[in-house]
Amino acid sequence: MHHKNPTIDWEVFDGFTLTFNLANMLMITIASLIVFLIAVISTRKLAMKPTGLQNFFEWIMDFVKGIVKSNMDWKTGGRFHVLGLTLFLYIAVSNFIGLPFSVVVDDYLWWKSPTADPVITLTLAVMVVALSHYYAIKMKGFKEYGKDYFRPMGFLFPLKIVEEFANTLTLGLRLYGNIFAGEILLGLLAGSLATGVGGHLAAVIPTLAWQGFSVFVGGIQAFIFTMLTMVYLAHKVNQDH
Amino acid sequence: MLANAFVLGASAGFNGGDILFQLIMFIILLALIKKFAWGPLMGMMQQREDHIASEIEAAEKSRIEANKLLEETRAELKASRQEAQGIIENAKKIGDNQKTEIIAAARAEAERLKESAKMEIEQQTEQAMAALREQVASLSVLIASKVIEKDLSAADQEKLINEYIQEAGEER
Repeated sequence: MHHKNPTIDWEVFDGFTLTFNLANMLMITIASLIVFLIAVISTRKLAMKPTGLQNFFEWIMDFVKGIVKSNMDWKTGGRFHVLGLTLFLYIAVSNFIGLPFSVVVDDYLWWKSPTADPVITLTLAVMVVALSHYYAIKMKGFKEYGKDYFRPMGFLFPLKIVEEFANTLTLGLRLYGNIFAGEILLGLLAGSLATGVGGHLAAVIPTLAWQGFSVFVGGIQAFIFTMLTMVYLAHKVNQDH
Repeated sequence: MLANAFVLGASAGFNGGDILFQLIMFIILLALIKKFAWGPLMGMMQQREDHIASEIEAAEKSRIEANKLLEETRAELKASRQEAQGIIENAKKIGDNQKTEIIAAARAEAERLKESAKMEIEQQTEQAMAALREQVASLSVLIASKVIEKDLSAADQEKLINEYIQEAGEER
């Protein structure tokens, strides 16, 4: 059940090669496009009395606002609202996008969730952790930021260093694991079990159940990723904790 | 920048390209959402918040105004009621005064009428007496002439006078 990735190499200069996974690029673009379209269509006709999609989008905004507010006060957290909103929408859409089908051409996997690739999720995780460091230095100054590594006790410094890497890894791999496992199981149900009439019939119910569960997991994982992003940001940015 | 370096499915190397692509796409998406969705919607939500706040404020203000008006109306009503009471009282007083005045005037009028009637009676009496006296005088002259004619005794004379007086009294 392992498909090859359609990769291309780009030798930028001698000895340094960038490898692009075309499937990832395709799916990232599609997911981003869907998020962008949802956002634009929802806010195309803004009104004081919201209707239809505007209600939906305002609900998402409020939902993310709630996540931010549960971690820090709105004065500090307001600037992370867009980040949280984009993360939540992008990850949710990315998780859902691989559920209905997957496309395999010549043993190359083209259509899947972009979040079913550890490189993508770890990129997002590293970006979030890097942002948390950036905002910590920006808002508290380098001295306070450095001192935070020795709080509450000096000997915890090594643990604090480990914590940063652990946070990054768990943030990225949790998302990857959940989505990848979901897609693998869906692939197994659709590809291996559904052989012959009996196999097809037997595969219908578990596939339906697993797809429903995957939708749930996709939403939950998007929420968890956004929530943890805000937790890490708050942890770094807050003056006293 | 070697065009022939693009080879499909060449290696399982480090996916640096994906990382770059994901980062760039995410930043673009972030910027686009901020520009086209988040910004306008936040503005609208802020506007709505302001609108609601101002509406509440206006409602509060009009409530206070209404209370003030009610208070004013109440005071006015009280004042006008008092005024009406005053007017009624005044009218009553004036009526009483007029009543006593009218009564007094009527009494005075009655007194005057009585007085004038009395005076008239007296006058009439006097007139009558005067007329009587005149008649008596003329009768006396008449009697005297008769007496002279008939040569009467004293007793007869008296008798005659009395007769005449009586006559005169009856005549009247």
